[in-house]
Amino acid sequence: MKNGKAKTAGTLFLLFLKIGAFTFGGGYAMIPLIERETVEKKQLLQEQELLDVIAIAESTPGPIAVNAATFIGYRCAGFFGAFCATLGVILPSFVVISLLSLVLNAVGGNRWVQYAFRGVRAGVLALLVRALVSMYKKCPKSAFSYAVMGAAFVAVAVVSQFVKLNVIFVLLGCAAAGLVYAYLAQRRVKT
Amino acid sequence: MDVPLLLTLFLTFFKIGLFTFGGGYAMLPLVQAEVPARGWLTEEGLIDFIAVSESTPGPFAVNIATYVGTETAGLAGAVAATLGVVLPSFLVILLVAKGYEKFRDSRLTRGVMTGLRPAVVGLIGAALVSVALTVFQPAGVGAVDWALFGVSAVIFGVSLALLFGAKLHPVAVIAVSAALGAASGFVVK
Repeated sequence: MKNGKAKTAGTLFLLFLKIGAFTFGGGYAMIPLIERETVEKKQLLQEQELLDVIAIAESTPGPIAVNAATFIGYRCAGFFGAFCATLGVILPSFVVISLLSLVLNAVGGNRWVQYAFRGVRAGVLALLVRALVSMYKKCPKSAFSYAVMGAAFVAVAVVSQFVKLNVIFVLLGCAAAGLVYAYLAQRRVKT
Repeated sequence: MDVPLLLTLFLTFFKIGLFTFGGGYAMLPLVQAEVPARGWLTEEGLIDFIAVSESTPGPFAVNIATYVGTETAGLAGAVAATLGVVLPSFLVILLVAKGYEKFRDSRLTRGVMTGLRPAVVGLIGAALVSVALTVFQPAGVGAVDWALFGVSAVIFGVSLALLFGAKLHPVAVIAVSAALGAASGFVVK
């Protein structure tokens, strides 16, 4: 049994190393690959369990990819499994970015690279529009939702220009509002 | 080894990791508030790095932590920042993994998520505005360089069309916008 767990942890490490190395854009882009590797090929998880993984990864802090790796690792092989899977998923990023930062520093001063990045910044703006649209589509729609969206936006985009406002307090405020709203909504159902 | 700097890197990215919900660019406003303010990257540098992160494997949060860590304090910095951003995920998941059905179905989690999901949309919207200001008015509000503005507007329009119209992969869109940016160097200095 001990040996089996160590072997599973090794498998998990390699599996998440592969997942970490071959997904661009992180997070949600990883889920189809996680599904193919853990559910279909290795049968570490059932389809339903994977849905649970996604739900938990979304409702806990941190990057989706890291949450999913830790959670799947823990479910399959305990703490050591969680450790191996998490290490596997972040290692490719870590190595690639460390090496890349050397390259970026070497070419960053070049005039043509600077022109290219001028274009890239406008491209990134388009990517953010896409991220916003996809997050908006995933978000449940209600009057309360719109109010929170608007309040968070105004707080960070407008109010924080004039008053020093910590983004963390905005998040905590929205979480508290959600709690109160859910509580009131439930009471209304009961009475 | 600069221990106070390593500690600051660790704690800053721990905070970023702890308050990132929903993945993707949900944590961008937090990074915008923490990283340029400490002089670790400029606003432009941060936007450039979003492109680099999209074109390399791995989640944005881990990539930016490794990058800022390497830039400010070498390999030790990269380890400190990456450990910081990953640790909250790791610890929280370990805490909830055992009774995750209870966690998932609890009224507390549901209530908090009712507020956080739309909040994240609002925050990404705010990040978008701030990035747009940096792209279109790099010299500050009011001081518009119209030639530069025109170049950015065209590339932004083309990128949107490629993403939404042609459904091109983000990496391809970044490559095209880089090529257009370099080409613009012949016309606008």
